[in-house]
Amino acid sequence: MTPLWARIERQAGARSTVGRITEDVFLPSPLRESEVLLVRGDNVSDASGFCGVIRLGSPGSESEVLLPGHFDYLQDGDVVRIDRGTGEFQVMYRRNSRHNFLFITERCNSRCLMCSQPPRDIDDGFRIDDILQAIPLMDRETPELIITGGEPTLLGSRLLEVINAAKVHLPNTALHMLSNGRLFSDRGLAKAIADVGHPDLMIGIPLYADVASRHDFVVQAKGAFDETVRGLLNLASCGVQVEIRFVIHKQTVGRMAKTAKFIARNFPFVAQVALMGLEITGFTKSNLEALWIDPVEYQNELTQAVEELTFGGIRAHIYNHPLCLLPTALWPYARQSISDWKNQFLGICDSCVVKSECAGLFATSNLRRSDHMKPFASDPRPLQSPTAATI
Amino acid sequence: MHLVGLHSAFRSPETYRNASGYRLLPMRFTRLDSSRYVVSGFAGDYAVVSTEQLGDLVNHRLPVGSELYDDLLARHLIADDSSSVHRDLLSTKYRTRQARLPDFTSLHLFVVTLRCDHSCHYCQVSRVSEDRSAFDMTEETASRAIDLVFRSPSPHLKIEFQGGESLLNFSLVRYVVEEARRRNDGRHMTFVITSNLANLTDEMLDYCEQHHIEFSTSLDGPAALHNRNRPRPGNDSYDKTIEGIARIRDRLGNLAVSALMTTTAASLEQPEAIIDEYVRQGFPSIFLRFVSPYGFAVKSASRIGYETEQFIQFFKRGLAHVLKLNKEGVRIRESYTQLLLQRILTPFATGYVDLQSPAGMGLSALVYNYDGGVYASDEGRMLAEMGDEKFRLGHVEDGYERLFLDSPLLAMSHESMSEGVPGCSECAFQPYCGTDPVFHHRTQGDFVGHRPTSGFCKRNMELMRHVLLLLEDDPTAARILRSWV
Repeated sequence: MTPLWARIERQAGARSTVGRITEDVFLPSPLRESEVLLVRGDNVSDASGFCGVIRLGSPGSESEVLLPGHFDYLQDGDVVRIDRGTGEFQVMYRRNSRHNFLFITERCNSRCLMCSQPPRDIDDGFRIDDILQAIPLMDRETPELIITGGEPTLLGSRLLEVINAAKVHLPNTALHMLSNGRLFSDRGLAKAIADVGHPDLMIGIPLYADVASRHDFVVQAKGAFDETVRGLLNLASCGVQVEIRFVIHKQTVGRMAKTAKFIARNFPFVAQVALMGLEITGFTKSNLEALWIDPVEYQNELTQAVEELTFGGIRAHIYNHPLCLLPTALWPYARQSISDWKNQFLGICDSCVVKSECAGLFATSNLRRSDHMKPFASDPRPLQSPTAATI
Repeated sequence: MHLVGLHSAFRSPETYRNASGYRLLPMRFTRLDSSRYVVSGFAGDYAVVSTEQLGDLVNHRLPVGSELYDDLLARHLIADDSSSVHRDLLSTKYRTRQARLPDFTSLHLFVVTLRCDHSCHYCQVSRVSEDRSAFDMTEETASRAIDLVFRSPSPHLKIEFQGGESLLNFSLVRYVVEEARRRNDGRHMTFVITSNLANLTDEMLDYCEQHHIEFSTSLDGPAALHNRNRPRPGNDSYDKTIEGIARIRDRLGNLAVSALMTTTAASLEQPEAIIDEYVRQGFPSIFLRFVSPYGFAVKSASRIGYETEQFIQFFKRGLAHVLKLNKEGVRIRESYTQLLLQRILTPFATGYVDLQSPAGMGLSALVYNYDGGVYASDEGRMLAEMGDEKFRLGHVEDGYERLFLDSPLLAMSHESMSEGVPGCSECAFQPYCGTDPVFHHRTQGDFVGHRPTSGFCKRNMELMRHVLLLLEDDPTAARILRSWV
């Protein structure tokens, strides 16, 4: 677990700043404008010209922001947002992480039963300004960046600005956007995204059933299935890469394999399908009894779903499942998908020989997790014979 | 009714269900066995249902929200007011299945000579002759044919050299390869030589290596069967073929040569031996190929011909053997089954000329005969040798437009489209099947034919039924078959 957010002392009327962390007190002054000086302990230094100063440890001058000790992981190149007006401090980007995301809005046009980030109907357009400031400060070698929300497409043309900024400032960074795809039922938006011409953009779109009524129930929006399907077709015809995401829970598991078959038949163009374990946070907590199913109970359905995709020539990924809850035949499809800042293992995992390959758990899994988790004393995978059939 | 565990701020599943009835989308159904039907849709999605379920389905008695109801919705066989997006998906899928049509002709067969050193019983077009001038294609004829090749809008052009024995006129093969490459305006071009390999020289191999030319040869089975089917002086056809295959692989790589078998009456009793021969020779697939009646010389028809029913039994026995080999760890596929599986299980178009609607002949493939005659198919050319010029589209001297528009081609194509042919239009296998105007013209007197007595229909329906039953009822076989797609 890595903290990304903290309360800081409020200062009425103060404006927010987005800046890049540096510990270089000798940074020449012309280069200080967009940098935030990070000071550890009692060190005193000349902080003039930086857009902010944060201090870990004992309090310094009034103009400095005091952070709790668990932010000591911050280092040169990270990007932070300091808002003394509202008393919020946020880590927007960590240079050494593979799990950086741009949280672009809290608004959403769906209301999924298992939403991990319950939407709020507020005007948070300021996020875009912050993100547009942050992107040029990020390292050009950043491997991947995720755009998430909320529903990013609600931002319309401002979303295009963000994608364009990523293309201009981070040309080597894969951009993955999570969207419910509904607004792409307007072909104009699909075309506009394609026309930005980002070299490595993929949009991850959830599809929770092969029939409209079941998908619409899960996302609590009538007509959402039709809009998402039209969105998928529009994006494909505009040449935008898409991934389909399927969250496995009690309300979706019954048609999981059939949905996989439906995807292979109707959307053979998708780049990959992610079959995802439940994260117990947000609305999931409110609906837990309607949603929770122990992953060991759906091993057969999951195996069938992976087979349907594989036979259909579509890459299948299993996200958010510890290896001990999957049959070894599915291990080649399991990914270490949980973002580092919310990833955890149990005490019993310490002795497990495959821990280093395992996705582990969400930090929120303490609320409910399978009773079947167990460490492996030896690698349970059978040795592959050359002719053994793989799925 | 509220779902247990669902917070009261969320709406129940029923809220999103359709409350009124359902509609039937365009569909066809055909009996699969004594208790089940196949129901297939406009774009090839299908469901297998019991006779009783079919009754419920068509009489609008399916309960909303039942598993079958949702299955049929998801396969676009029915629709209700909960969604209208099936129209977008069906049209996209239908377009995908026909994606090859706008590309038009991609396969171009050049009959470079009728001369041959073999005298196979099942071939009536070749000549054992020394007279080059009478039976070889000239450069002038080839040049006009190449003009026609490049009139096709297809981005992929495949030129296949046929005979007779095409290596007996290798100088013309070279001419066509070099001319076509010289005139290539940016198409992706491939070249294949169909040959018995008996006359393959090292110089030819050098040339083929240099120009990336592949080979297709005939291998009818074990030596005794092969030599019996394919007589030549010295009775050594099998040895020559095997030696040729080895030499090509040595020089051009393992995949540079493929083999086709012709099923004769003598083959019918030994599918296992034929398949084993292909495995022994290292081929990844075998095509248990039905041979049309016009492929036989009339005089030998009784000696080598067979009934459709016998072929079906031969095919099923062969497929069972192929599956048994796979279970033992041998990777070998049966090509016709693979083709049917692609048509049944995937949304994509397939390129096989003889299983298309509209018919692939002419639209997907053209034949340029040694004498400049242009035919819609190789079978059409053979018919012409027997005096029936029905499928002759014209001559290479004729313009491209005339060959396509002022010829039997359009009538042949549209009359025989299975979407509208009596017997096909209501068949559940129609999306997977094709149409064969040459076969029906030859056996039943017109392009359309009469399905209840058509060998083409009987054979394809039986084979598709067989494949579907394997997919439904034999999980081990189904896994193997699905891995071929």
